[in-house]
Amino acid sequence: MTSAAPVARPSLRQASGPARRRAAFSGAMNALLAAAVLLALIPLGLILAVIVAKGLPAMNWEFLTGTFNFSRRESGGGYLHGLVGTLYMGGLAALMAIPAGIAAAVFLTEFPRHPVSGPVRFFSDVMTGVPSVFVGLFVYTLLVRRIGFGTFVGAVSLAIIMLPIVVRSSEEILKLVPGELKRASYALGARRWQTVLSVVIPTAAPGLVTGAMLAVARALGETAPLVLTALAANQVVFDLQGSGQSALPLLIFREARGAFEAGQQRAWAGALELMLLVLVLTVLARLIGARRPAGT
Amino acid sequence: MTAAPASVGPLAAIRRRRVADPAFRWVLLGASLLVLVVLALMIGSTTLDAIPVFVSQGIWSFLTGTTWDPGFSRTEITGTYQAGVFIYGTLVTSLIAIVVALPVAIGIGLFLTNVAPRRLARPLVYLVELLAAVPSVVYGLWGLHFFAPVVLKPAAQAISGELGWLPIFAGPVIAFNFFFAGIVLAIMIVPIISAIVREVFAAVPEAERQAAYAMGATRWEVMRSVVLPRSRPGIIGATMLGLGRALGETIAVALLIGGGTAINASIFQQGESIAAKIVNTFQESSPEGIDALIALGVTLFALTIVINLAARLIVRRMGDVSGEAVA
Repeated sequence: MTSAAPVARPSLRQASGPARRRAAFSGAMNALLAAAVLLALIPLGLILAVIVAKGLPAMNWEFLTGTFNFSRRESGGGYLHGLVGTLYMGGLAALMAIPAGIAAAVFLTEFPRHPVSGPVRFFSDVMTGVPSVFVGLFVYTLLVRRIGFGTFVGAVSLAIIMLPIVVRSSEEILKLVPGELKRASYALGARRWQTVLSVVIPTAAPGLVTGAMLAVARALGETAPLVLTALAANQVVFDLQGSGQSALPLLIFREARGAFEAGQQRAWAGALELMLLVLVLTVLARLIGARRPAGT
Repeated sequence: MTAAPASVGPLAAIRRRRVADPAFRWVLLGASLLVLVVLALMIGSTTLDAIPVFVSQGIWSFLTGTTWDPGFSRTEITGTYQAGVFIYGTLVTSLIAIVVALPVAIGIGLFLTNVAPRRLARPLVYLVELLAAVPSVVYGLWGLHFFAPVVLKPAAQAISGELGWLPIFAGPVIAFNFFFAGIVLAIMIVPIISAIVREVFAAVPEAERQAAYAMGATRWEVMRSVVLPRSRPGIIGATMLGLGRALGETIAVALLIGGGTAINASIFQQGESIAAKIVNTFQESSPEGIDALIALGVTLFALTIVINLAARLIVRRMGDVSGEAVA
């Protein structure tokens, strides 16, 4: 190798025709990729804008506090029964799914090599992909055929949708709890249950809350399983079982399909209400999760 | 983690008397098993109710026939139940959704991991994820009363006008059709696919990318010759997860697909998907009709579970990718 004195050369990228063309092509592709992001954000903007534009005029005190006590083709009345049903079933479902989901996630992190852990992890993933309408059919065959439509069976179907989401998100968070903290706890003589309850879970709390809230937000927006389990109601229902229950998504679905202008306006206002509920939960969950867990 | 103490003495005696830890462990194990029990019950309970329908129709004719003519018996299966039209509708809408969503999702993933500065990428990730938080019924309402008539219908008429000689684009454009349902589905699955694809792209070893840059590759060339080939299994897995979601998506499709009863070649004609058929007719169905809908549900479940299992196995092989974002 004869090493000549280095000649000052222009950068490779600027040197020749092909290099310039390559750089230009790269720039064009980057712009194309940016366009893909824009393409996805346009529908988001359109959804939010249209819901606010169409929902806000129909949103009023009567809508928030009224129910159906007259013909559906007339304007007036509101979705209070839907809001109550959504919160009632969502709350019950959260009570069922969140403790069980977090307990399962603790098992997966505390006993990662247990023969049950692998399958549970895998099938939780698989369960997140089960169509929600099928969950509704399942609860129908298992419970509705025996005890009828109602709040409780609706909540069970929502809980089944939430459970795998809670398990997987909680496990990811619990895995981040530093081993030193646990070992320090053991060194002080704490037993496993004491360590989990007083060290691991408090440390992971913000992340656990985030995962749980996202799961609730997801469940509150579900419609299909409720069609098959909660059925419907025209008034506020507080019974656990024995009569159908309503929910915001159910009312929106029914009136969106309807031919009546008044009903469609209520559906838009309902969509605004539901979106606010879901977005507030989602954004709050992100804010809580953005706090770094204590001890890291 | 805690090994049994080697010395047998008072400590071991204390250990034996302790019940809290084993009890704690059993409670946790029970919660974990709940996932498996629910899944097993789900399969068992629905299949049991669907078997009479499968038996009376024959599996093959149930899956491929195109006649759905419910009977009104409480105790036996008297109608004709064939799911061909609905299976076709499910596949067509999901296919449209994947064809449209995949390039966009890959573009988003590449942009967020390889092009955008971190300060820009983070808020964009949040925004794209917000798209996943929008409830399906809201997509349906928005699609039915705004997006389809205002944006998609003119686009569909333009496509049909130019390419109408192809049977799949043949006009006229009906108010409810596969195309509208497919495009709205695409919007719904973009955040799901892009979330996984993003993780996959981020998992490409930094050293390989830097090596390519050192060879003088442009940013696009790094993506094309290092990032994309490395990520192929992950992209396939993400696609299948998106497909699984599209197949099972119910309410938005139910509002947009129109409820046709025949197989139409054109994507601008109306049809029906499995999931949409279930929610559209459940509340008016006779007892045997409900059993037939359950059989439809079992078919849908089988379809999605096969795709999901395969996708999870592929994504899992990628190691670092948790797929958590999909939840």
